This record gives sequence, structure tokens and C-alpha cells, in this order.
Amino acid sequence: MNAIEIKKLTKNYGKSRGITELDLVVKEGDIFGFIGPNGAGKSTTIRTLLGLIRPTSGEAKVLGYDIRDAQTSILRETGYLPSEINFYPGMKVSEVIRYSANLRKASCEDRAKVLCERLGVEVNKKVDDLSLGNRKKVGIVTALQHSPRLLILDEPTSGLDPLVQREFFDILKEENARGATVFLSSHVLSEVQNHCRTAAFIRDGRILMHDEVKNLEAAGAKQVTIKGTIDASVIAGASDVERHGDRVTFLYQGDAANLLAALGAQASGVDDIHITEPSLEDIFMKFYEGADSAFRAENKEGGEAK
Amino acid sequence: MRILQNEIKINRVPLLIWSLSIGALIAMCVFMFPDMKNEMDQVNKIFSSMGNFTAAFGMDQLNFGTLIGFYAVECGSIIGIGGAFYAAITSICALMNEEKNRTAEFLMTHPLTRGRVVTEKLLAVLSQITILNVIVLLIALGSIAAIGESVPMKDLLLMNLSYYLMQIEIAGLCFGISAFITKAGIGIGIGLACGMYMLNIISNISKDAVALKYVTAFGYTDGAQILNNGGLEVKYLAVGMALAVVGVVVAYVKYTKKDLRA
Repeated sequence: MNAIEIKKLTKNYGKSRGITELDLVVKEGDIFGFIGPNGAGKSTTIRTLLGLIRPTSGEAKVLGYDIRDAQTSILRETGYLPSEINFYPGMKVSEVIRYSANLRKASCEDRAKVLCERLGVEVNKKVDDLSLGNRKKVGIVTALQHSPRLLILDEPTSGLDPLVQREFFDILKEENARGATVFLSSHVLSEVQNHCRTAAFIRDGRILMHDEVKNLEAAGAKQVTIKGTIDASVIAGASDVERHGDRVTFLYQGDAANLLAALGAQASGVDDIHITEPSLEDIFMKFYEGADSAFRAENKEGGEAK
Repeated sequence: MRILQNEIKINRVPLLIWSLSIGALIAMCVFMFPDMKNEMDQVNKIFSSMGNFTAAFGMDQLNFGTLIGFYAVECGSIIGIGGAFYAAITSICALMNEEKNRTAEFLMTHPLTRGRVVTEKLLAVLSQITILNVIVLLIALGSIAAIGESVPMKDLLLMNLSYYLMQIEIAGLCFGISAFITKAGIGIGIGLACGMYMLNIISNISKDAVALKYVTAFGYTDGAQILNNGGLEVKYLAVGMALAVVGVVVAYVKYTKKDLRA
């Protein structure tokens, strides 16, 4: 069974960003990463699935329920964490958590307590006094406390410190082991690579690529910056080599061991080294530009045929 | 009814402040009455010779020398304006605040229909207005008892009922507006309440503008009319209640289809 089935879903927002004839399937039990730069349409897709906004055309089913006429059934079995979560001014954290459970008619105090302890949520604070990260932690508790079948998390890690992020992903894996489907959006590739089984790339409101994470060629790419006299062009898997003064930068695609061996061979030319995640824009430029332009061309033809 | 409970809980401080402020002003006016009573003959003469100003506040038809006449003008203005502002602000914020404070994503992703949310928010607004009016009425009755005066109870209750219904009308209209906007609601609400108050004053002054009483929610809150006729002006009241219903219906229609702001 599919947790999410989207067919030709379109949402136009006047002039600003939206989504265009989006097709996407997420299988039940998956941990799915929805990845794309800011403004690509990730939140629009999610908000349409949850009924916060209405689709312009197309259809979608969540947990087998149609998004147009079975909103409450979807929401009953879903836990949602917005990218920017806000609560009612003046309420205490514990009141927000209880209010959310009450609105769901769920009795899950024990679960909420465990989640609060694991994430380090201070339940006696006023929500007005919380930082973004701490609000997010409260949001995670309200999204998870009723043990939903589907978790939809919009950029869940932004604002969370690394320790909490790790705990958060541990919790997600446990939820997934229990049977919950996890759908998370992100603009951090490594997050999706490390934690998701399947991923889809979205850009300008269209899906560019949808596959298992292990098959995504871009998933392992690293941005390498080396200070020194090394000749990077001889390294297998290096591309986009650029030299700026005494620095050379390149994208590396392949096994880490091979990179280390290749660098080891020229070790005397390496004064300093910096290996990071390439930006999503770089990834798209490098790996999916072709797919993107082919997609556009196809659509343009379709438009002219009309 | 969890949303209703929560609305009242998070709005309880403004509710108490408005209720006690309006109540305190009324008590103050009532307490001034014994001192003024003896000089009321002169006051009546002065007011009756002030032309349009007298008519604007209905003082041409009321006897200041009686507590109920005094109450109709002084306390009527206080409950009228204060209650109208409170009703306008509370109601216009009811739906708008979910988007303004960005809590809509929290609330609306719980298993609730939009209609359910609108209903509970509406009931919360009506409850708050009712609580305010009950508190104000109790303070008014208490302060009248405290100065050892008595008033015709039916007239007093009718007057307070008219202010209550006026607030309901303004709340209904503001509730409709609330479904459309995501900010600047308080300004719109107070503007609407002030505008209606002004229209009523104009209709009191000018005989040609009497049709305005159908438009303004203050049309059926005229103390003199209530005292002289022993009831509310049904034609104005009917139009007012119809407007309130229209506001509420518009809110349902709009809000159940609305794209909520992120």
C-alpha cells in the first residue's frame, strides 16, 4: 500500500511559487526524503496534502484517503511538524502538548513524557520564551505523541543542535520500526542520504528525480577544497576542478577510500584540506541540469502542441 | 469544545480587563448621580438648550433627574462604545489571529473540520461577549444598590439587552471580515465600531438621516426610545441581526475554502 499517492497535482499561487503537475508515490513503511532548494515547492506540496491549501488541479491520496474530501481522516492518522511552528502566546509548553492531545482525543501522556525527556523539552516554560529550536522540539512532541501512521516533517532539523538531531533521527527510526511512514523534507542532502531510504528531488515545483537513496549518484558527492600545489585533475571521480591562487576546489564522486589514496599519492602538495557537503544548487547544476532542461523542453513542446 | 475552552483561556485577561474597566466607569457614573441629582433641573435646562449636541446623545428626550434617564445617557455611552470596541476586537481577531500568529498550521493539522473550528471560535466570541455583559450588568446593579437608588428593572435590563445585541451584531460582521484578513484586524474592527457610532449620532441629529438607523448597530440602542416605548425598535433590530447572520455565514463560506497562510 502507498502512504502517499500524488497524481498531476498542481497548485498555483497567483504569481509566486507553486507546484506543477507533480507525480509522487511514497510507500507505506518508507523513510522518504523530499529534497530541494528553498522555494522549490516542498512546503506547498506538504501543505496541500494536509489540506491547509487547496489544489488547483490534480489529485492526491494520503493513507488511502482523498485529500479533497477526507481531510480529518488523514489528519487523524498523521503527525505534522511545520518548518516554522508557532503556538498560542501565553501558553506553557505542557499546556500546548496537552491541548494537542486533547484536540486529537488521544491519551498519550506517557509517550509525551518520554519524548520530552529524550529531546530535552522544558515543559514548564512559556512558549513565548522559546527559541526556534526549542519550539521545534515541542512541535516534534505534538507531531509524534499520538503515534501516527504517517509522519510529515517539514525541514525538521533546522534550528536543532547536532545532539538533538541525532536523538531525533533515532526516534524517527524507532517510529519507522513500529510501522510508521516517515516523509521529511530537507535542503540538506547528507541528512536525506544518511537517514532516508527513498528520495525525490524537487525544483521549481517539479520532481526531477525519484529513486532509492543508494541509487542517487549525487548523494555521495563531496565538495573538496585543498590548499597546496596538488593536481586535482588526475584524481578519478573529481570534476569541476577550479584553482584560485593556492587553493583548488573540486566535486568528488566516489569512495572516500579512493579519494584518500589519491590525495595520499600527492600528500606533499597538501597543506590544508576541507571536505564539505556541496550546496544543493551545485548538485543540481552538476547532476540534474540535463534532466531539468530535458524536462523543460518536453513541457515546452507540450505547450506548443496545444 | 476544546477550542472554545482554549480561546476563553488565552483571552481571559483582556476579557477581565475590559469587563472591569467598563464596569468601573459605570460604577463611577452611578456614584456621581446622588450629588448631581439635586442640580439636575439646571443640568436638564442646560442640556436641552444645546441643540444638536443634545439630540446627538438622545438627551432631548431623557430626564436626567431620574437615575434611569441618567443611566441611559451616561452608562449607555460607556457600555455602547466600550462593548462595541471589545466585541469588534475580539471577533475580528478570532479567525485572523490563527494566521497572524502563525498558529493555523498547528491547529488545522489536527483532525478537525474547518467548519468545526469556525463554530467553536464563534461560540467563544459569543461567550466572551456574554461574560462581559453579565459582569457589567452585575456591577451596574451593585452600584445602583450601593447608592440606595432603585430603577425600573425592566427598562434597565432592556437597555443592557440592546447593548448586548448591538455587540453581537458588530461581532457577527467582524467575524465575517476576520475570515478574509491575516493582519490589521484591530484597526478595521475599531474603525467599524466607531463608524457605526458616528452614523448613529448623525441619524440622531438629522431627521433626513434617520434611515441610517437601519445601517448602524446603535440604531436600536436608543435609551430614550426604549424608555418611552418599553421595547427595542424591532425593525432596526431585525436588520441588525440579519447583518450579523450574514457576517457569520460569510465567515463559514470563506473559511472552509480558504488557503491558509504559512
